[in-house]
Amino acid sequence: MAEIALAARRQKHAGRKASAGSATLTAAAPASRLVLRAPDLSLASLSRALDVTLPTAPKSSAASDGLRRGALWLGPDEWLVIDEDGADLEALCAGAASLHSAVDVSHRNLAILVEGPGAAACLNAGCPQDLSLRAFPVGACSRTVLGKIEVVLLRTAETAFRVEVWRSFSDYAWDFLEEAARDS
Amino acid sequence: MAETHRIAGTGRLAGAKPVRFTFDGEPHAGREGDTLASALLANGVHLVGRSFKYHRPRGILSAGAEEPNALVGIHRDAARRTPNVRATVQELYDGLTAVSQNRWPSLAFDIGAVNDLASPFFSAGFYYKTFMWPKAAWAKLYEPNIRSAAGLGVAPDKPDPDHYSSRFAHCDVLVVGGGAAGLAAALSAAESGARVILCDEQAGFGGAMRYESGARIDGLDGWDWTQAVARRLSEMDGVTLLARTTAFGYYAQNFVGLVERVTEHMAEPGDLPRERLWQVRAKRVILATGSIERHMVFAGNDRPGIMLASAARTYLNHYGVSVGRTVGVYTANESAYRGAIDLKKAGVDVRVIVDLRDNPTGPAIDEAKGLGIEVLPGRAVTSVGGSLRVKSITVQPKTGEGTGRLIPVDALLMSAGWTPSVHLFSQSRGKVAFEPGTQRFVPGTYAQDCASVGSCNGTDDLAAAVREAVAAGERAAKAAGRSGGARPAIRVEASEGWSAGMVGAAPGAGKGTKVKAFVDFQNDVTAKDIRQAVKEGMRSIEHVKRFTTNGMATDQGKTSNLHGLAIAAEMLGKDIPEVGLTTFRAPYTPVTYGAIVNHARGELFDPTRRTPIHGWEERHGAVFEDVGQWKRAWYYPQAGEDMHAAVNRECRTVRQAAGLFDASTLGKIEVVGPDAAAFMELLYTNPWQKLEPGRCRYGIMLREDGFIYDDGVVGRLAHDRFHVTTTTGGAARVLNHMEDYLQTEFPDLSVWLTSASEQWAVIAVQGPKSRDIIAPLVEGIDLSDGAMPHMSVREGKICGVPTRLFRMSFTGERGFEVNVPADFGEAVWEALWAEGRKHGACAYGTEAMHVLRAEKGYIIVGQDTDGTVTPDDAGLDWAVGKRKPDFVGIRGLRRPDLVAPGRRQLVGLRTKDPKTVLEEGAQIVADPKQPVPMTMIGHVTSSYWSENCGHSIALAVIEGGRARMGQTLFVPMPSTTIEVEVCDTVFFDQKGERLHG
Repeated sequence: MAEIALAARRQKHAGRKASAGSATLTAAAPASRLVLRAPDLSLASLSRALDVTLPTAPKSSAASDGLRRGALWLGPDEWLVIDEDGADLEALCAGAASLHSAVDVSHRNLAILVEGPGAAACLNAGCPQDLSLRAFPVGACSRTVLGKIEVVLLRTAETAFRVEVWRSFSDYAWDFLEEAARDS
Repeated sequence: MAETHRIAGTGRLAGAKPVRFTFDGEPHAGREGDTLASALLANGVHLVGRSFKYHRPRGILSAGAEEPNALVGIHRDAARRTPNVRATVQELYDGLTAVSQNRWPSLAFDIGAVNDLASPFFSAGFYYKTFMWPKAAWAKLYEPNIRSAAGLGVAPDKPDPDHYSSRFAHCDVLVVGGGAAGLAAALSAAESGARVILCDEQAGFGGAMRYESGARIDGLDGWDWTQAVARRLSEMDGVTLLARTTAFGYYAQNFVGLVERVTEHMAEPGDLPRERLWQVRAKRVILATGSIERHMVFAGNDRPGIMLASAARTYLNHYGVSVGRTVGVYTANESAYRGAIDLKKAGVDVRVIVDLRDNPTGPAIDEAKGLGIEVLPGRAVTSVGGSLRVKSITVQPKTGEGTGRLIPVDALLMSAGWTPSVHLFSQSRGKVAFEPGTQRFVPGTYAQDCASVGSCNGTDDLAAAVREAVAAGERAAKAAGRSGGARPAIRVEASEGWSAGMVGAAPGAGKGTKVKAFVDFQNDVTAKDIRQAVKEGMRSIEHVKRFTTNGMATDQGKTSNLHGLAIAAEMLGKDIPEVGLTTFRAPYTPVTYGAIVNHARGELFDPTRRTPIHGWEERHGAVFEDVGQWKRAWYYPQAGEDMHAAVNRECRTVRQAAGLFDASTLGKIEVVGPDAAAFMELLYTNPWQKLEPGRCRYGIMLREDGFIYDDGVVGRLAHDRFHVTTTTGGAARVLNHMEDYLQTEFPDLSVWLTSASEQWAVIAVQGPKSRDIIAPLVEGIDLSDGAMPHMSVREGKICGVPTRLFRMSFTGERGFEVNVPADFGEAVWEALWAEGRKHGACAYGTEAMHVLRAEKGYIIVGQDTDGTVTPDDAGLDWAVGKRKPDFVGIRGLRRPDLVAPGRRQLVGLRTKDPKTVLEEGAQIVADPKQPVPMTMIGHVTSSYWSENCGHSIALAVIEGGRARMGQTLFVPMPSTTIEVEVCDTVFFDQKGERLHG
């Protein structure tokens, strides 16, 4: 049997950048993503397995000490785990052997990085949340609205956000943010 | 003409840059900082428009947002022609082009003015009376003529080239209005550490200090103090100052809409948005919206040159413009005296102050007299001379006795008193209270976390207003959780005050029917119109308003509401509060559609969703159809093919060889947890517990009422994991439906739902050659029929990437659905395409997919079902688990109507003429000779030309359909009646052998 040619990954928006007003947009590199659902009893073992303390406070996230891995609280029993080095998160969770649901969504979402002094203003063109540092500090995250779509927003620095968006909505997200950046 | 009415040494525009502008083509000079109104007045121009109904010449009434008369068009270029701009709000920029409205052929000579002479025919309610008969005249005569006469200004007919922006904002304290009170409140809140937004509709902050000359605060002139405070606020962290920003709507839970006019004052807007919509959520709101001066209601009060006293004062004290050379004043309160005094001191000839009150006393009156101005108390202005501009006034004792005295004037200042601006308070659902002593409505009962300060709260004294504002600012900050900082010590050293004034018609309004004493300038409503409305039986102010249109123009009666109310109350012999005040509604001033729509235009009007394979489809000439927000490949026409030919070829090729179809838009939900099967049992009609991992089943989901909600193939990947597919359109709502039941009805189940719709690109490979096409690319999966029969699912690799491979079919052919992570979708498609070419496969679109499934009688939920179809109706009773104790819809299915005979059932239809393709949606009757309206026994749900069958095919729902096999029925169409025969729903390969072939 002839060798099968490996299908190449074609990342949507790969390498894309834009800048307007006081904000820049950058397409984030591919990452592993996991939607993790679990009851309280499983959190300790899942945290150990993932090397991230799963946060339990609304609108908060946690990052691994040694890895480029973070867990975003999305609901009372729901987290979005992102690993920028592409680890097999589903397999890690399986190792915890505690009750949970882990679904790989690495390709479902992609991320747009919004950075610069106008980043919050740019997002606030379509996101009704209070993005002041007081209400939405570094590390804060939320499943929220951007214009007419749903996104997950994570503040990575005072003037930097990661916008996680479903693949097919990313054209809209990108166009919206680029338009909004003009007035940031 | 060069600013003939600008008075040196007055106003604040000395040294401002000169700018040029035109009005109706006439070039004029003005200054930066002028409004169009102040610049026109500086050039002696008062006549700026024609009124709506009577086409009467109209001038400039006010100096602010309440302006009812001076509405003009502002033309930047062919596409930027804004009608109905208030000249009193429009700031001047170099090259501004303004045109007057509602006149033909010219402003000075307007044919439409015959309406003024014919006014007895246009009395209140004339629309309701005049155009009733004959009925036939409405469509051809009345409506077209009313439409052409109605409306002011002309809307632009080209696309708007400007862009508009939007901003959501949160704050502790939103202060609306940047006069002395608003500034004091904002400062106090900001000093306490609150996040503050202060907005004002004017070009800058200062409010009434723009015209008041008698105020001194903290050792500064009132205006200078406001500028100093605004500067200080602008330097504070957490304070956002928004000038040129109107708070137009006050909604639930302190959600306030603001519109900021970003470039309306600029000659060169650059890349800035024209307007920015702010949607503000404030913990506390402070309203410091001030008050609006009322005009006097008397005969001829709309003549150009007659204006509000405070407006004339604004033009003098802020813009350095005298509104006339020989000025009279007509008043019922003290504040107008201040205007007379300022003008007199500036060297203008102030001829007379006519005061309706018998014994007016107070410092302003003394000062006016001291300056040598003649004061005539107890008198009224009963008529005015002049047509395009006031030339004289006639003054008479208000009792009507004696003869009139004619006094020549070229401008008349008037003031009936002040109306607190309670618009936003009222919009917040606060209840206003009537103060009998001052005859005004002030904020009464609050409905939201809000406070009113200053003159909008009825606090007339400046010192009291500032005290009230400072306290409110501090209180609001504290309520928002901020405290600390020093309470600002603001010392009001001097201020102006005034008495209440009057409401309703002045004696000069006359009782006759010919006198036009205007209450509402913009809608041409006179005092007699309101009296007539009451005479004709209107009792509530809401009826009076609609009958006369008082207060219904774009200015929403800012100057007229209280007068109209008072006249109606007087006629009815009731107190004002008994007649009631009409409700204030958003927007406070007109808001452009651009601001409301802001970014949501063009590509951003609605998201366009594209699959991972979209690019390949585009490159291969696919024609796309919109399915919800998705773009789906509809068909792939080759050279010379129309849609028909392309679809026929695609359908043929799939059954003869194979076809590739992009099914990525299907909804996918991963159901995971130890109770996954138990949950599936409850949400679907089918049994799931015994479905083995690696096998698939076609599932039907019902609503509680027993009707089909969605369907799809479900694969069991593991004991505790299902891969559920939904229809494309159902993806979001099916997940919501499942979550809803899981959280509210079955919360004890250990199972979780995750949307995986976009994780997977899905490539359907269908047709006798399908296995041959995928086989060379698949690793780790045995594709033999024994190892992987129809309706099974395996995990492995294709093209070296992970796949969930389904063996399933929506065509009736042997088929596979290749699921790969989305970013690999296009590359895997290309690899499959290369293999497929070797076997003569084609790419097919949604149209061929529809035909192929209809040939097999497979339903599409939402096309063959419409929310009133049960599984049995659709011939899918086999998919309902008969031994199951419970599932969503099980009770619904037992309702008498759902088990009664004669229900509409899904059947096939064949036309007697095999070439005739029925119209989808066409009605079906048993007897075409019966009289109209006929008894309709069903309708066509799907209909196509089937190239594979060689005849047309259709699906239909028909009463008792399955018992009618072989019957002839009829489909009446506009031009003919089509004969059809009822048949089975499966038209092709009735034994289903090709699934394995």
